[in-house]
Amino acid sequence: MRDAINFLLAGVGGQGTILASNVLVNVGLAAGYQAKQAEVHGMSQRGGSVTSFVRWGRTVYSPLVGAGEVDVFLAFEKAEALRNLNQLRMGALALVNLAAIEPVTVTTGGQSYPDDATLHQKISEVTREVIYVDGETTALGLGNVRAANVVLLGALSALMEREGLTGAELSADTWLKVIIARVPPKYADLNRQAFQAGREVVSSSS
Amino acid sequence: MIKMLSGDEAVARGAWEAGVAVASAYPGTPSTEILEDLVHYPNIYAEWAPNEKVAVDVAIGAAYAGRRGLAAMKHVGLNVAADSFMYASMTGMEAGLVIVSADDPAMHSSQNEQDNRTFAKFARIPCLEPSDSQEAKDMTIAAFGLSERFDTPVLLRLTTRICHSTSAVELGERVDGTPVEPKPFPRNPAKYVMVPGNAVKRHPVIEQRILDIAKFAESFPLNRIEMGETGLGIITAGVAYQYAKEVFPTASILRLGMTWPLPEQMIRRFAASVEKLIVIEELDPFIEEAVQLMGIPVEGKSIFPLTGELDPRVVRESAIHSSLLPASAHVPLPGVEVGPLPARPPVLCPGCPHRGVFYVLNKLKVPVNGDIGCYTLGLIPPLSAIHSCGCMGAGIAVAHGAVKAGSPEHHVAVIGDSTFFHTGIPALINTVYNRSRVITIIMDNRVTGMTGHQQNPGTGVTLQGETTTQIELEPLVRALGIKQVKTVPAYHVAEIEATLKEFLKLDEPAVLITLEPCVLLPEVRKTWTPLEVLAEQCNGCALCFRIGCPAILKSDELDARLQRPKALIDAALCTGCEVCAQICPQDAITFRQVEMSEV
Repeated sequence: MRDAINFLLAGVGGQGTILASNVLVNVGLAAGYQAKQAEVHGMSQRGGSVTSFVRWGRTVYSPLVGAGEVDVFLAFEKAEALRNLNQLRMGALALVNLAAIEPVTVTTGGQSYPDDATLHQKISEVTREVIYVDGETTALGLGNVRAANVVLLGALSALMEREGLTGAELSADTWLKVIIARVPPKYADLNRQAFQAGREVVSSSS
Repeated sequence: MIKMLSGDEAVARGAWEAGVAVASAYPGTPSTEILEDLVHYPNIYAEWAPNEKVAVDVAIGAAYAGRRGLAAMKHVGLNVAADSFMYASMTGMEAGLVIVSADDPAMHSSQNEQDNRTFAKFARIPCLEPSDSQEAKDMTIAAFGLSERFDTPVLLRLTTRICHSTSAVELGERVDGTPVEPKPFPRNPAKYVMVPGNAVKRHPVIEQRILDIAKFAESFPLNRIEMGETGLGIITAGVAYQYAKEVFPTASILRLGMTWPLPEQMIRRFAASVEKLIVIEELDPFIEEAVQLMGIPVEGKSIFPLTGELDPRVVRESAIHSSLLPASAHVPLPGVEVGPLPARPPVLCPGCPHRGVFYVLNKLKVPVNGDIGCYTLGLIPPLSAIHSCGCMGAGIAVAHGAVKAGSPEHHVAVIGDSTFFHTGIPALINTVYNRSRVITIIMDNRVTGMTGHQQNPGTGVTLQGETTTQIELEPLVRALGIKQVKTVPAYHVAEIEATLKEFLKLDEPAVLITLEPCVLLPEVRKTWTPLEVLAEQCNGCALCFRIGCPAILKSDELDARLQRPKALIDAALCTGCEVCAQICPQDAITFRQVEMSEV
């Protein structure tokens, strides 16, 4: 792999962003990298924005990633995808979940939610490759909408392989082991399926 | 064995490995997870104290009794505990005592970003600052050794980026560094009874102690020099060390694990070995000023910002601006104009039992002196019903002071159950003793909410999960001398309004307790029952939008006569609290089919 991979995960409180970043930092460890993760909770549980950084590399010092240095962007929600776009390095990879969570400022406050055309156009200006995933619909099809974050992780694993960011040192099995260790046993099968479904989104898009 | 741990989890692990016997804390972001994690280890007593001062006194008591004690808090908690922190420095202890302060640069969830290293200097207490999770564990263990070696409390200063960052930690075994058998409490008044006659003798002792620790700091292994190129030397500590390594990979670095007292000879040696000396530290120029006092030319805050957090970009761009790095080091931003994006402020959750209370307060247009907790979010429009909020326990006394100053309006103070136990009680006593007509609303949601559902003296359960005496608010408030007390279910909007209107006529202190468990508690979640808008009855009057509930949306359907959007309830978010149904003048929102109390 390269010297370091900087991830940014962005979503809304309650979407499983923190769990996903916890998985990601442990996948990094399992693959033999140094790995660090940094997040801010605090008030994010009350419907606020949530962001989390994960870094993998031979040597990782800072847990934070400076603006302009994000290599891989995982957005759990469309407005948050746009909000964090200027954190990315030009030519970054992005995986955007097609969920729209309208804040109260939109539902009753008169502000407007960005349209899909703007989203697609702006993201393509910054990234070299972007994949859109409907994590919630896919997860719902498997029986539980809460597995949407694992659909995204599945897609991320496949995207990173395809783009050559990870190689033989990190198999899909390693990802799955880390995920399964973090979910209640009765949801193990669901999460296996969700991860696989996410991988298929990427393989069918190439 | 290597495990990924957050800094907070690493402190907990370190405390356990160090053989801590007693740990006490009050929850506060970003420190809360230390005790939440510590409680899962065997053979250690851990508790939530009602406030940070109590927590520090408890840890001191354990250390006086000869067992290692730890107290943890967010940075502003140390303000509450400062009195205890100061006397513990004077007395020393029989076994190790470590106070953990989790500072919050950038104020991710705090009212200020005070730099608590100053407290260490103020109290003549050593301060350790880890740079990652491994060091958070190692320094917790080292802090107990230091504490016992020099008979001093030790301040372990973390920051949000240490507490809430995860990195690999090598786990060790528990070592009981102190005698496990309880010792009799020391009968040593010259050391432990700080009357003036004894205190006068202790002061020179602690002044000598900090000089001795400074000498020890010269060879303290967690202070280390990493020599690189000699053009630039950087003194740094805490998470800033990581940014220094990232941005200046070839520079020479003096990494201070102990940021008070400072190893003067080591600093002089380092300064002499480099051409230019700078300090990279978050918040105050704490190290920088101390180095300047040694007469060593150094720069810090003239290059790096005084406020907020550092990160690799901030450090790099500041260095470029000061010509420490060439302009070519600049990392360009995409600079894409993303257009106006909707703000996503934190809001009271759908079904929050505080919502109806704030709706009424907004309607009554009274000045409201708030406090620290979820209910501080009552300030956000459209509820807009918090007019001051400074620190834990302040609201009631601020209201009292305003009334005594002749504020022409009737003041209301709002405070949560846990905050009331924390520091609200003395302020309420003051409204009785000094007779002011402040109306205090204790918003009792049966849990410490904002920090993520911790137990408190009102819940009847301890941190260790044991059943205990549940302190009831209404008898407590009556015992304090409040005669006008009423407990009202927090979802009963009309009753809250009627009670407040009645209290507003009084010329004496009154307390309204609005009672309803937090809607996010697991047992309450099971009772969620979404409501519906009867579109044919809704005329788009928008009154229900004024409660600021995320579950109430504007429908695409317009009222035929007035062309206003009708309301629509998002069934995925609605919990069925019925506050909107109660205020709808058209009866267009369904109530639950079953009474809430029967669910």
